[in-house]
Amino acid sequence: MELFTNQILAGIATGAIYACMALAVVMIYQAIDHLNFAQGEMAMFSTFVSWQLMQWGVPYWGAFLLTLVFSFAGGIAIERLLFKPLAKAPILTNVAGFIALFAIINSVAGLIWDFTIKQYPTPFGSAPFLGSQLISTHQAGMIGVTVLLLIALYVFFRFTRIGLAMRAAASVPESARLVGINTSWMIALGWGMAAAIGSIAGMLIAPVVFLEPNMMGGVLIYGFAAAVLGGLTSPFGAVVGGFLVGIFENLAGTYIPGIGNELKLPIALALIITVLVVKPAGLFGRPIIKRV
Amino acid sequence: MTALLNIKALNAYYGQVQALHGLEFTLREGSVTTLLGANGAGKTTTLRAICNMVRTSGAIEFNGASLSSRSTENIVRLGIAHVPQGRGTFTTMTVEENLQLGAITRGDRTAVISDIERMYVHFPVLKQRHTQQAGTLSGGEQQMLAVARALMLRPRLMLLDEPSFGLAPLIVRDLFKILGKINREEKVTILVVEQNAQLALELADHAYVIETGRIVMSGSANEIANNEDVRKSYLGY
Repeated sequence: MELFTNQILAGIATGAIYACMALAVVMIYQAIDHLNFAQGEMAMFSTFVSWQLMQWGVPYWGAFLLTLVFSFAGGIAIERLLFKPLAKAPILTNVAGFIALFAIINSVAGLIWDFTIKQYPTPFGSAPFLGSQLISTHQAGMIGVTVLLLIALYVFFRFTRIGLAMRAAASVPESARLVGINTSWMIALGWGMAAAIGSIAGMLIAPVVFLEPNMMGGVLIYGFAAAVLGGLTSPFGAVVGGFLVGIFENLAGTYIPGIGNELKLPIALALIITVLVVKPAGLFGRPIIKRV
Repeated sequence: MTALLNIKALNAYYGQVQALHGLEFTLREGSVTTLLGANGAGKTTTLRAICNMVRTSGAIEFNGASLSSRSTENIVRLGIAHVPQGRGTFTTMTVEENLQLGAITRGDRTAVISDIERMYVHFPVLKQRHTQQAGTLSGGEQQMLAVARALMLRPRLMLLDEPSFGLAPLIVRDLFKILGKINREEKVTILVVEQNAQLALELADHAYVIETGRIVMSGSANEIANNEDVRKSYLGY
């Protein structure tokens, strides 16, 4: 029983990271109708930046905040330079753009910081949380930071003018322009926020998976699985999907013989395919109905 | 009488296809003007051209300022509210959020709140449904919401694209009554595009008839309503 509880809690902790990645993916999907395959690499690069800042002597939370600012600006820059010109291009052109971005960021990170695995600090420590053996303080910290982030995002989108404008621009772009919203900048803002959210996920998971240019590959696939499970049109669904996928991953790894760590990724992919076949809109997504 | 909107030699294009051919007309400040024409004559295109949502050449002047090089959102900020065909409702948001979005460019928060209350006086049905998702409203209610959303801008000019489309006759009567009231009480200049010519001519002071992208007739609403050609083609008697 203790093993079961332990796996559930550990699942919620990694699920928090998947929730962040899924949220970042959904934000960009809502804004431009494309999946950002480079979301994980963007997060990885941000995490390296925070590591570099700490190497230069910046304290953890200082580096954390500076990295958020850097990622936000970087996300906006990527949108302005690469994806704004592609806005009216066919899907495949965009996909090529995402893959190029993926490869470029990955190589540049390798070039600057090389491909050796690095330790990444945790501000929470790794002692048992509240004296219980079930979950470590870092895992508890991951959950805590994610919950704070979700509350902040909820308040932002629900109660601020700019949040309302961003939602409007994502849901009916033409009407949004007709009430005077600069939808193009709302998309850029969405990119900036998605990049910042991704960087939080990167910095929180880095102490667990260690820091290296390919650290986010698996995480992003789980993030995709979470987003698909929750529904690509629903930020709330993405978060729920993240936690569910985290729990599912841990329980499957523990209780289904033969899965272990090696087969964890195929599980995520199997989940994506199952959801797309059985319930394409996901748990909370709106089915897309097109009038023809 | 000053012209609020002045359009000269306006051409509009969809890709290679030219939809407007040297369109010219003016709107008097405070008037209600209607643009009549058959399907495909270029009525919607004219409204879209004013808001720079199609490729155009020619001159569009609003209150003395050229609109040609401005983006849609900047044109809206000058005080031109456009109620598009199909109403453009933010269906996943509440009625009240739709109204807030209409005023999203305005900084005067307390005035926005009192304007929302004013809209609830004009359109009581919206007050009953203010927390409901706008997509659950009936067609007529969504059209009321679209007009209210446009008014939240406190526009000087309101463009309406077939407001009667798909609505029951009684609801259309109601809607046009409210539009007349808005024009008188709030001093909003109105340009309405309609296939329901009879109703539009009752509301309007001035009318233009548009055929294949050109203005072919212009006059007071009375003159146009009594013109034999118009009666045959658009009024059906």
